Amino acid sequence: MRAEGIDRAVQLEIYRRMALISQNDSATRRAIRTGRLVTPYYSPKGQEAIPAAVSTCLRPDDQIATIYRGVHDMLAKGIPLDLLWAEQAGRLTGACKGKGGPLHVCHPLSGVMVTTGIVGSSMPIANGLAWAAQMEGSDRVVVAYFGDGAANIGAFHESLNLASLWKLPVIFVCQNNRYGEHTRYEKATAIARIADRASAYTMPGRHVDGNDPLQMYAVAREAVGRARAGDGPTLIEAMTFRFYGHVMGDADEYMDKAEKAAAIANDPTARFRAKLIESAIASEARLAEMEAEIDAKIEAAIRHALSSPFPDTVELQRDVFAGEIA
Amino acid sequence: MASALKMNMVQALNMALADAMEEDPKVVLLGEDIADPERGGIVGVTRGLSTRFGDKRVRTTPISEQAIIGAAIGAAMAGYKVVAEVMLMNFTTIAMDMIVNHAAKLRFMSGGQTQVPIVIRMMTGAGFGTAGQHADYLEGWFAHTAGLKVVAPASPEDGYGLMRACIDDPDPCIFIENMPTYFVQGAPPERAKRIALGKARVTREGTDVTIVSYARTAFEAQTAAEVLAKEEISVEVVDLRTISPWDRETVFSSAAKTGRVLVAHEALRNFGPGGEISSSINEALFHRLKAPVKRIGAPTSPVPFSKPLEEAFLVAQPQILNALRELMLI
Repeated sequence: MRAEGIDRAVQLEIYRRMALISQNDSATRRAIRTGRLVTPYYSPKGQEAIPAAVSTCLRPDDQIATIYRGVHDMLAKGIPLDLLWAEQAGRLTGACKGKGGPLHVCHPLSGVMVTTGIVGSSMPIANGLAWAAQMEGSDRVVVAYFGDGAANIGAFHESLNLASLWKLPVIFVCQNNRYGEHTRYEKATAIARIADRASAYTMPGRHVDGNDPLQMYAVAREAVGRARAGDGPTLIEAMTFRFYGHVMGDADEYMDKAEKAAAIANDPTARFRAKLIESAIASEARLAEMEAEIDAKIEAAIRHALSSPFPDTVELQRDVFAGEIA
Repeated sequence: MASALKMNMVQALNMALADAMEEDPKVVLLGEDIADPERGGIVGVTRGLSTRFGDKRVRTTPISEQAIIGAAIGAAMAGYKVVAEVMLMNFTTIAMDMIVNHAAKLRFMSGGQTQVPIVIRMMTGAGFGTAGQHADYLEGWFAHTAGLKVVAPASPEDGYGLMRACIDDPDPCIFIENMPTYFVQGAPPERAKRIALGKARVTREGTDVTIVSYARTAFEAQTAAEVLAKEEISVEVVDLRTISPWDRETVFSSAAKTGRVLVAHEALRNFGPGGEISSSINEALFHRLKAPVKRIGAPTSPVPFSKPLEEAFLVAQPQILNALRELMLI
């Protein structure tokens, strides 16, 4: 599908979401480095174009299921910064009252239904959310995000089979960042392209440069349209690269230095920014203003989070079940 | 004729599911072989339901336990009340990630924003020669997981009432059906009557010794109590019905009354629910006990095939009788 002809406002909206993810990532890493925030952090930097483009195709009532490296997916779907940061800081004002933390954030009002810390587990649950939409007769769709490592787990195969069999309105978005934890793609996956596995489940498979937001948008728009029309699921393999290893603090000596340097030199957000200016979609000043606004919102969210109370220990007795445990 | 009114567990559960579906259009069923073209379930618990309610509400699935429980979780999060069948309790092992990491924990991890009102149905139990991978009682695993409720009815009446309560419940419930006693006739359930979760039932009152049990062992405990009545030993039988959360009040009150307690189950004795229950009784009532709480359960062995081995493995009449008599000697 041709990426040309994508509306200027859409391009700008994709950029806004990429900038938000990218700036939020810088702010998070800075907050951890300076000791303001203590949390495990799975940086998504480098992968921001994927959910930015996908989410721009989605409606507010569409839903996502994501994974522990998923803060970019949540931000792109519109989770409020205050709720996200307070959750990352383990505060009562967090989206989940500080009880789930960064690996398990959810915010159903934004369509962020579940974040799993288990590789591959976003997919079976996304199917269920999509099954509910189908039973209701709603045309909302569900996106399941996961990584290349998850394509080798049983849940991937069970989920794609069921989604295809039941024609569920779900879009499987594999963010192939070429490493499953510390193991290179080639050492773990017996097929060159994960997208090719789609044919085994009789659904379309799309292999796309996930760092090119316009190509990504074109592919996502097609898949979302298919799902919304009741034509069933699509598997998208979006090629990308994570800049900062598996988890923050990871020495990433297992990563190829030249490959990493090339990826960073090709930062998708910086590249798209230059392209927008070059094609006169936005002026440098307009983008700088947008970025300054984002930074201000992030800083306000950090301050709000860090000044919020921690949950009381009575919270251990709440939400285990609907009723409080005595 | 009174016997014509009797009903077995399969019929009682079928009626519970049908009544729940009739009452609430959000109740849906999925699982292996559950629709009528696939025989309405391997023993027929869901027979007739897809014909009556349509195959959109009673969906046969591929043999994909992670996909089944995942679909149940997602649909439940979006407002459905899902009864998922995984056929055999041992098959939950394929779906443990979905059950333990997700269904059980999503309410807590989301700070109450999402909930997973699902019932996971499964059958199990030794005695049918199905051996090591088709007959385990694994309720201890689930009872050990925060966020799950675990029930195991011993009679058709309780089967109906507990199923209705589990479907109403806003949290995930593990529903254990004993395979070898599926077709035993019992009193018919009262339509629409729920049996509250977490409430045990004293199925026989006694004064000398208490037996605490559930599922098939509770059924066996009844006849053991009848045998001992002839020896002038008065046995009180407590059927837990819900294994987690279990009814401490009823158990403690019976234990305080008799001062002698046997906890019996078909699960392995080693690290079984009996350990938790007996320890709780000892902690709460040490000075009122006439004897240490006794536990019986299966030996630390996989469920065996060969008939003499299977009989030795099962916690049945002889083991229960011996244990109760031993308690009376202290």
